[in-house]
Amino acid sequence: MSIEVLSSGPMLTVQDAGRCGLRHLGVSNAGPIDGPAMALANALCGNPVDAAALEFAGPGGSFRSTRAVRFAVTGGLCDIRIEGRPVLASMSHRLNPGEILRVGVPDGVVWGYLAFSGGIAIAPVLGSRSTHLRSGLGGVEGRALRAGDVLPLGPDEIDAPCLRSGNTLRGSKVGEPIRVILGPQQDYFSAEILERLTTEEFTVTPQRDRMAMVLGGVDMPAAGGHDIVSDGTVPGSIQVPGSGRPIVLLAESQTTGGYPKIATVVSADLPRLAQLPVGTRFRFGIVSRDEGEELWLAHCRNLRATLADLVPKSEGVLRSDYLLSCDLVGGIFCPEEVVWSELSQGNRRSE
Amino acid sequence: MTPTIHPCGDSALMLQLGDKIDAEANARIIALAARIEAAGVMGVGEVVPTYRSLLLRYDPERIRGAEVERMLLRGYEGLSDTETAGRHWTVPVVYGGEVGQDIEEMALAKGLTPDEMVALHSGAEYRVYMIGFAPGFAYLGGLPEILHTQRLATPRQNIPAGAIGIGGQQASINSVAGPSGWRFIGWTPVKSFDPTRPEPFLFRAGDRIRFRAVEVDEGKLLAERIEAGEAVIEPEAAA
Repeated sequence: MSIEVLSSGPMLTVQDAGRCGLRHLGVSNAGPIDGPAMALANALCGNPVDAAALEFAGPGGSFRSTRAVRFAVTGGLCDIRIEGRPVLASMSHRLNPGEILRVGVPDGVVWGYLAFSGGIAIAPVLGSRSTHLRSGLGGVEGRALRAGDVLPLGPDEIDAPCLRSGNTLRGSKVGEPIRVILGPQQDYFSAEILERLTTEEFTVTPQRDRMAMVLGGVDMPAAGGHDIVSDGTVPGSIQVPGSGRPIVLLAESQTTGGYPKIATVVSADLPRLAQLPVGTRFRFGIVSRDEGEELWLAHCRNLRATLADLVPKSEGVLRSDYLLSCDLVGGIFCPEEVVWSELSQGNRRSE
Repeated sequence: MTPTIHPCGDSALMLQLGDKIDAEANARIIALAARIEAAGVMGVGEVVPTYRSLLLRYDPERIRGAEVERMLLRGYEGLSDTETAGRHWTVPVVYGGEVGQDIEEMALAKGLTPDEMVALHSGAEYRVYMIGFAPGFAYLGGLPEILHTQRLATPRQNIPAGAIGIGGQQASINSVAGPSGWRFIGWTPVKSFDPTRPEPFLFRAGDRIRFRAVEVDEGKLLAERIEAGEAVIEPEAAA
């Protein structure tokens, strides 16, 4: 019972909830860049939220299964086809043995997720299946996937329904500032430079991977110098090296670092920042630690509500109660096109 | 030493003792880390000791930062002066050779012979200040001053695991292969990180390390025994 990778985009990796409890031994957590999106992909397939799934940036790849499975793609809209027939993101679909699934480039975001029912059941390394590319741990030989890789799947309930989401995932909206908590080394920066953090627009540069993203647009020289005695970092830490260009650490961040950290992106906003396409301009906004914690609590409640509110997807015949339950006026779906792409071999719906 | 507390976002904070590399501050940080680990506080996750600060990750759904802060300060106040004893290791090193490619140039620059470099490097006792950067990578303090050497301006792309390095005033044992701007004077067959071993990590912050010079043949023999699954070095009982 396995998934065969027929072709692979450049950044296709196996991830689960991450490798926890080993930062004091130099081991990065890894795990998904956009945790809520991966949790949703898993939930749509009936998996526990921490099951192993695939993360991709750019084109996902093409896949074939040896058994009937359900799969779901999340992160954003995406060109997804079963044997050439387009299907929608953010809901699960059935893939029959031998059928070819193609997953294209996520639209308007960077990181996409592809989960299969049963979860990917490769052997865990240090308690996790997550791939950490830099140290070559987890996943398949610690590397990005390539054509020919075969991924075993865990046990699955063959008759379980395909699911779709009843409400939307995001708590914060596009265009709102990315919220940060100052510290631990904000005192390395003068008042004037600290002010730039919230008054100027930063840009997302192409220098980005699973470890970090380099920001452009604003120069942030540190009056106290750009070297500190190395201390602990976390995903979300905003380091400022000698170039004056801030670096935001992501899921695959190293555990310690020697650059001053002006602030930390709040956990609730880190996936939103990491999903911004190259060239996007955005602002930071400062919140207190207490406010940041409240944002996280609200985020967790929202995510749990979303995951608890998945509903069986209509399969085959469309019924009026199904159509009425769809968010047809929410601006996301056009009803004819939902019908078209779900039931026939037509063109992909347009935006 | 007066501790200061610094937030690291909404789910981590840091207790810091000054801004210098200092053996006493490091010993207190490691003792505090052990104390927090032993207390097993609900909602407190990873505890990461570094040179002079302790990073603590927490789950705000179970414990708020303000409470973690109070707990850290209480823990620090309660520390006794006796340091938690670290373990002692003796690590065999084949000095020079292909991996230890910098030893002759460094010796020349310092007015030493390579043998004198070896005697100095293997004559000192090192303290594991912290594990970081890569899995199992130990930052070692205690390098004799004459061996302090600046890092390369351009890192080399592929330094093997086991390479014995010098970076500024610090010493190291490479735990995984990868790029590095450090200078290298030898290699050890000992694997400080091996995810296939029941205990994947050899060293912990607070441990002490000495190096023992061995000949190429003994190094190869040790490497074969390690490959066969044998643990060729064991920590000596804590002093």
